[in-house]
Amino acid sequence: MSNKTILRYTSNQRTNHWLVAILFFMAALSGLALFHPALFWLSNLFGGGPWTRILHPFMGVVMFLLFLGLVFRFWRANYFIANDRLWLKRIDRVMANDEEDVPPVGKYNAGQKLLFWTLLLCMLGLLFTGLVIWRAYFSEYFGITLIRWAMLLHALAGFVLILCIIVHIYAGIWIKGSVSAMLHGWVSRPWAKKHHELWYREVTRDEAPPPPIRKKG
Amino acid sequence: MASQDIIARSATTTPAPSVRGLEEVAKLIDTTKCIGCKACQVACSEWNELRDEVGHNHGTYDNPQDLTADTWTLMRFTEHETDAGNLEWLIRKDGCMHCAEPGCLAACPSPGAIIKHANGIVDFDQDHCIGCGYCITGCPFNIPRISQKDHKAYKCTLCSDRVSVGLEPACVKTCPTGAIVFGTKQDMKEHAAERIVDLKSRGFDNAGLYDPEGVGGTHVMYVLHHADTPKLYAGLPADPVISPLVGLWKGVSKPLALLAMGAAVLAGFFHYVRIGPNRVEEDEHPSAPDTSVHEVDPAVHTFDPRGEGRP
Repeated sequence: MSNKTILRYTSNQRTNHWLVAILFFMAALSGLALFHPALFWLSNLFGGGPWTRILHPFMGVVMFLLFLGLVFRFWRANYFIANDRLWLKRIDRVMANDEEDVPPVGKYNAGQKLLFWTLLLCMLGLLFTGLVIWRAYFSEYFGITLIRWAMLLHALAGFVLILCIIVHIYAGIWIKGSVSAMLHGWVSRPWAKKHHELWYREVTRDEAPPPPIRKKG
Repeated sequence: MASQDIIARSATTTPAPSVRGLEEVAKLIDTTKCIGCKACQVACSEWNELRDEVGHNHGTYDNPQDLTADTWTLMRFTEHETDAGNLEWLIRKDGCMHCAEPGCLAACPSPGAIIKHANGIVDFDQDHCIGCGYCITGCPFNIPRISQKDHKAYKCTLCSDRVSVGLEPACVKTCPTGAIVFGTKQDMKEHAAERIVDLKSRGFDNAGLYDPEGVGGTHVMYVLHHADTPKLYAGLPADPVISPLVGLWKGVSKPLALLAMGAAVLAGFFHYVRIGPNRVEEDEHPSAPDTSVHEVDPAVHTFDPRGEGRP
């Protein structure tokens, strides 16, 4: 095995990811401030209640647009393959760090793929319900029953999104090497082989063997 | 009003001061006595210093067309043809009903922006209002309006400023036919009962009091000729309740969602504590340092005073 590291995320991909992450934190904290009285103090982070109300929807729209960037970059790698079903069946062994009988997966495992599609669903739900309840610009075009449904579904989608991100962040803490992959882009070969073997085989397949040393003359 | 008189407060999960017992007040609007003169609208606008924009005539007597941030009460006119073929002009003074269980207060996310006084008045404190419009979503009567000037929510205050110093609301003071009366809720109910007896004796068999139970009763009540079909009166809801959608959104889901998020974080923490991180082998057994390369730490200086290597 060569010692060269493998580029898992380009600088554009990393930048896009972390921009979404920053916007997520802003939108989530301001959303939680409006969701539960116990968290209303979070509105102070954004300059008070009215500023939280003004900024939250804009943060959400920007987060959605940036997330679309991630979708366009990664959606192909998130198609499900045959091994994913088996991987999910053995999720208990994955959780126990006992990966002997866990089938090899591609660039993303089934959990990451489920996360990707759930995030996309939540983002779409948040966008459309959010527009309906955006009182300053759009709510006047909608009936009260639709607004009430949108309020409830917006809260639900936000809740699912936050839960997903809690899982996502913990997975990053748990699987050593994944945070640094998203921070500076590179992963070690043993890491790629251990966690994403099919992807590892794919990216190393075309590797030319080291050029033989030729004697001149 | 004294702060002890606030018995409910939006976005507050602990009990509000509740030692003082104030008698509940109510405004009784007798639609059977109303002549639609709109003096109440004018009195409201004068007392509260509200000047709505002059609108356009849309072919009805309703003017303006709807409640706004500058119009807190509005006469709604309905031409109702009875089964006997008679025309009845049903006029209802619309505005905040001051529910005992206010949907606006349940929905409001800003602590103290909506308060309920011990006498039953539900009041908006625009100083704490953040302009989100959740009160509109929560209200079963479609009353609160957000001003486009300052993005704050407004509605009838039941003249809480006047009531607190022993005066009746401005609309009550001005009503020329006595169709609007004000007093303790108990007195208003008794007054309504007398009116209903009178109306029934004059052929309005379905006359009755509108004090809907679904919102715990209201502190603005109507005497209706057709209490069996409140819908006739410009869509007055027959059985108003806080929408179950709002109840779910601002009810059980709030603490449960917080609990679930906290549980998810704890689950992660204890997974780390019990199972531990997932490392690749190489991290656990770093290869021995390469001794073929001599490493010099430039931060470490050695000084030999003799200036020569010694054996």
